[in-house]
Amino acid sequence: MDSLNTRLAALRGGTSPVGFSARTIAGLNENPGCARRALLDASGADKDRIGARVGFPGRFGQSPFALARGRVFEEQIKANGAAQLLRLLREKLGLTIEEAAYLPLEDVGDNTGRELRARHTTAQLLRAAREGDDAGTLFDHPMLRLRVAGCTAYLEPDLVAFQVGGRFHVVEIKSFAVIDGQVDGEQVTAAARQAAVYVLALRELLADHGLDPETVSHEVLLVTPADFTNRPVVSLIDVRKQLAAVRRVLARMSRVETLLDALPEGVSFDLAPDDDGDPTRDPAELAAALHQIPARYRPGCRAHCELAAFCRDEARCADSLDVFGPAVGGMLGGVDTVCAALGLAEGTRAPAEDEAEIARALRHAETLRSGLG
Amino acid sequence: MSGLLTVLEKMHAARTGYARPLRRFRHHHLVDEPLVIVPLKLAGEAAAPLGCAVGTDPDEPVLLTVPQPRNRDLQHAFFTDLAHVVLGYVAARQGETEEVVPRGGEPRLRYADAPQILVPNRPALDHLGLTGRLTRFQETEDDVPLLGRWLTFFADRAEYPGSSLALALTDLLTAQWATGQSDLEDANLAMLLAWICPPEGTTGAAAAQVAENPLDFPPAGPATDPDFDGLVLQPAVQGYDRAVDAGDPVAAARAEAKVREAVTSQLMPTWRLMWKGLRRLRELPEAAGCEQRWAADRDRFTRHVDRIAEGGPPQPRHDHAVAAAARLATLERAQSRFEAQQAVDDPFVLAELRTTGEAFGGTVVAGEPDRTEVTAKGRTVLRPRLTVRTEDPVRVDDDQAYVCPDRPKQNVRIREIAEDESGCLLVLDVVSGMGTVKKPVPIPEPGETVRYTRVPPQWGGQDFPAPEETPWTHGGPPPGSEEPQGAEQ
Amino acid sequence: MDARRPAAGVRRTPGSRAVIEDPSAASQQAVESVLADMARAGDGDRGVVVDSPPGAGKTTLVVRAARALTESGETTMIIAQTNNQVDDLIERLAAELPDVPLGRLSAEAYTPPDGVNRLANVAVDTGIDGLGECRIVLGTAAKWARVRDHHRRWAIVDEAYQMRSDALLLVAHLFDRGLFVGDPGQLDPFTVVETARWTGLSYDPRLNAIDVLLAHNEELPTHRLPVSWRLPASAAPLVSRAFYPFTGFQAGTSEGTRRLEFTTRGLRSPLDDTLETARRAGWALHELPARHTLRTDPQAAEAAAGLAARLLTRGAVAVCERHPDGRPIGPGDIAIGVAHRDQADQIRRALAALGVPGITVDTANRLQGREFEVVVVVHPLSGRRDATAFHLEAGRLCVLTSRHRQACIVVARAGITDLLDAYPSTDPIHLNVPVKFPDGWEAHQAVLTQLTAHRVSAPD
Ligand code: SF4
Repeated sequence: MDSLNTRLAALRGGTSPVGFSARTIAGLNENPGCARRALLDASGADKDRIGARVGFPGRFGQSPFALARGRVFEEQIKANGAAQLLRLLREKLGLTIEEAAYLPLEDVGDNTGRELRARHTTAQLLRAAREGDDAGTLFDHPMLRLRVAGCTAYLEPDLVAFQVGGRFHVVEIKSFAVIDGQVDGEQVTAAARQAAVYVLALRELLADHGLDPETVSHEVLLVTPADFTNRPVVSLIDVRKQLAAVRRVLARMSRVETLLDALPEGVSFDLAPDDDGDPTRDPAELAAALHQIPARYRPGCRAHCELAAFCRDEARCADSLDVFGPAVGGMLGGVDTVCAALGLAEGTRAPAEDEAEIARALRHAETLRSGLG
Repeated sequence: MSGLLTVLEKMHAARTGYARPLRRFRHHHLVDEPLVIVPLKLAGEAAAPLGCAVGTDPDEPVLLTVPQPRNRDLQHAFFTDLAHVVLGYVAARQGETEEVVPRGGEPRLRYADAPQILVPNRPALDHLGLTGRLTRFQETEDDVPLLGRWLTFFADRAEYPGSSLALALTDLLTAQWATGQSDLEDANLAMLLAWICPPEGTTGAAAAQVAENPLDFPPAGPATDPDFDGLVLQPAVQGYDRAVDAGDPVAAARAEAKVREAVTSQLMPTWRLMWKGLRRLRELPEAAGCEQRWAADRDRFTRHVDRIAEGGPPQPRHDHAVAAAARLATLERAQSRFEAQQAVDDPFVLAELRTTGEAFGGTVVAGEPDRTEVTAKGRTVLRPRLTVRTEDPVRVDDDQAYVCPDRPKQNVRIREIAEDESGCLLVLDVVSGMGTVKKPVPIPEPGETVRYTRVPPQWGGQDFPAPEETPWTHGGPPPGSEEPQGAEQ
Repeated sequence: MDARRPAAGVRRTPGSRAVIEDPSAASQQAVESVLADMARAGDGDRGVVVDSPPGAGKTTLVVRAARALTESGETTMIIAQTNNQVDDLIERLAAELPDVPLGRLSAEAYTPPDGVNRLANVAVDTGIDGLGECRIVLGTAAKWARVRDHHRRWAIVDEAYQMRSDALLLVAHLFDRGLFVGDPGQLDPFTVVETARWTGLSYDPRLNAIDVLLAHNEELPTHRLPVSWRLPASAAPLVSRAFYPFTGFQAGTSEGTRRLEFTTRGLRSPLDDTLETARRAGWALHELPARHTLRTDPQAAEAAAGLAARLLTRGAVAVCERHPDGRPIGPGDIAIGVAHRDQADQIRRALAALGVPGITVDTANRLQGREFEVVVVVHPLSGRRDATAFHLEAGRLCVLTSRHRQACIVVARAGITDLLDAYPSTDPIHLNVPVKFPDGWEAHQAVLTQLTAHRVSAPD
């Protein structure tokens, strides 16, 4: 594993690694077939800055209004020892307990180093798990660890883990609204995936210490405002499928070794930062390094990968059908480029043996089209 | 529906750098005076209005902005202003009426005109729906609840395939043209329009690249550009808050003007694009089926006006069981009818269906115009038969009737498909519109080129139970059995 | 009461997974307990739900229940989903209840097959008034929906998982209580209408009839038939594990009871290798070289048609509990299953070119509920660039891999493993909508793992 880490570090070069968060781990499940991103992520390369350096800055800003809204809602829920949250949980889970302890895990004395906080969290959670007392405990901002591609990722969740009656529940507080029982599908799916990462990390923590991981429930408690107000509601979300997906993606990360083996000697994404941290790497050279690793561009990349503009440009220059998305490519069978498709349609290109079928279909379509004038 | 022809046109668009037509006709009616609405909302909120440009005059939009979108009173003031514009517009369509006498039914009146709302994209339609949901239950004495009912009406109608009461410009444009970019990029109004009507001297492809920059082409909403939010909007809103906190009306007015200026800067480019796109769409001829669909829209409009006049309650939060089933049936019917009708009306659509075998065309190679058959009841009827040679990958559907757009009254069914090396031979029976043995109606002759597509379904609706008779399988009658607004048979 | 609350789905209690020693007795017992629940049904009771995995004796149950109701003096209505299903049922009922007058409600345009017309105790009519004397009346849900002013105490709803809940809404006023039978692992009903309007409502009209029924009638007893009499011992464990993870079932026959034999010798050809593998293992993967293709991949179509035709030329004989001395396999015993209709058309053409008539070629949707000795499947993901929700749907693969009594042969291009890797399942989440299991992605993985063990590489 160590040699793998060294090789990955070499790929990243002198730039300091970008850590994983629950969001980025969950995001690995987007386009996992892309070797370029798998390698960049595994090596901890800064895709955002790399994209900018090669002339394709990404846009991944979040509106300050959205951030503020999230913050305010969370504060409201957690005010007074999370009184509001506790009342909600009691109702949702049908608990009889009168009150619960509220345990903020943000700082450990003055020292808030990640590793220290993680150890503190671990100790607290293990104690709760072993004692399994029936009074509930709310753990705020626990610091969890998860092994990703051989490295430790620290998850700094905005979450509360709620332990009651020997069971742990992950609580996600989100500020998107539930309106008449419905939420935005994209947002709730993202929240569920992220929560699944926490569930997994919690389970591993317990398992590592010989405790039953199943005491962490696969039902996540989602706390959101309801119907245009600040009134919170709790919804139970079953994240079993997301959990399975995260497990698979983590297992797949261990395959980066094969990807590394396929790389030519000397490829590196080093930004070669100067003393001020500004990149000095020759953009053309950096772009050439990126081109060395096969990508699998799809229009959807734009939503989750900082290199989307770069990869789209690459696909465009290659005349690739990828710019239109997989559905279009799927309709054209084995044909890969715009030029080939049109060549077959217009009969200027002799179909290869395995293109006979699509060539016939394209010519037919082209005849119909030109018949329309 | 994205078939091989659409894909092929995308390829052509990518190569030439210009959008390519996918339809000969426009299949949505456009009124002379639509109400264009460009709404913006505050990020992180469900439906807090930030502002909107609204109106019927391209040169004079009504610009409404909210200096502090989280403030409920300011929100309400915004809705009041919006209600003024929207309700005024709707009222102006309630002039002339016409009498409709359905076959075997009661005569009824319907308005000769109807409102038409145009927004930039689907999310904007959804946003109108949410705004409707937010306002229609408010218990204020002013027009805001009424605005909510109308916005809900429009958002509901936007779901109905073929309806033109509320439309998203990107939907209209993508139905009409293929671009050389992906669907995701087509959802960006500025990029889409760049392909379709690029500025003089550049290709659509180049114009689209330029249009991707949110600084020059702000998002068409309802979400705003996060950078704009951070760099421009937030300081302006904070300035307003400070002025209000300080109790300084002059500073507040100045700060309000600043927010207004900022929001306007995001609204106006889209407002101009809306009219540009609209102008382009108006140049296209309207499909034959539009008239009937627009009449149905006017019926629906008339009914909603009546319902409000009769003092009916606002649309419920959600359909009860019967209403949901009835609405689904209506939507399914509308969709299959709209799809089939477009193919009858528009040779481009029919050609697209020929690539998948849902429609077909070819040359008549033989005909038996006098052929007769004896029915089960022993009557002799005329059943002319045609043989058509086609290269299309025809798919046989049992019980499917087909029609040739040039002979709209004559339906055929596929009797048999026989293949040979050069394609296939279709044996077609003419099953309606052939006349009688004594008075036959001519059928296509050998040598003639024909095209056939599915006959638009005419079947009527099912009889759903009354809400108070909702069966036990579906939870029994809904509490308080709200009236089934929205349930449309 | 909030209307947006979970529809049924998660509340299914996991069945016991203990090994069944005596499958016949277990099947019997399951049927008896259903009948007992029906007999016990008092005034307030609304009926019984029965989950039936592939080939678990659903029709037998329906016939037994109809008989029991008739014997206790009830008049019954039977609701099926397609005309074929109605006709199949009526033939079975007429044979087993020759003295009971049966009615077949049919649409104007529908001509019942000769088999039905010949039955002495069956009356066919387009209106319910003409069938008033019949103790049992059968019809499609669509036809029943047009019936007014009629009422029977009991309804048997067959293939209720294929029925959309809005169809149930239209017929539910006709009866007081029902026996709802169906296979939960098959394809869900669908609609072309895309809207989130009803998502999360317990009576979402797009849900299947049973999910909605159970959401509103939690107290309904739910049974399950524990034994598949169709699937051979080689197939039941995989199908059970991949598609019925919580309820499970087991094969009624034991290893060795079902056997395929060939009466002519094979060549050393890929087709014969594949047939030989299928003969031995009950499964075979006929793998063509990796390539992106149209969904109408000519080589895949040719291979599927070729395998089916070759099975006939090889003089395949099926040995089973019904035919311990073997019975030659005819074209009617073979089906080729695909995902899309144009693929079916293409394979029919290929079979015609080979001069082999009589083999059933159809999409998963239309193969639901049917049974064959050998089924050749063109894998839904073969040659694809992307795996869409449609192609990953568990129900589709389940139908395709659970129609056979002897063997299932899958034709696919290599590369599905990579494709599954690149397209993880991304089922959207909705509040109050129970998560559906199995996950299509996981089910595909499970099936693929099994198939890989029986792979034969074939050239294009
Ligand atoms: S943008 Fe490029 S690197 Fe990122 S996932 Fe897509 S193809 Fe891979």
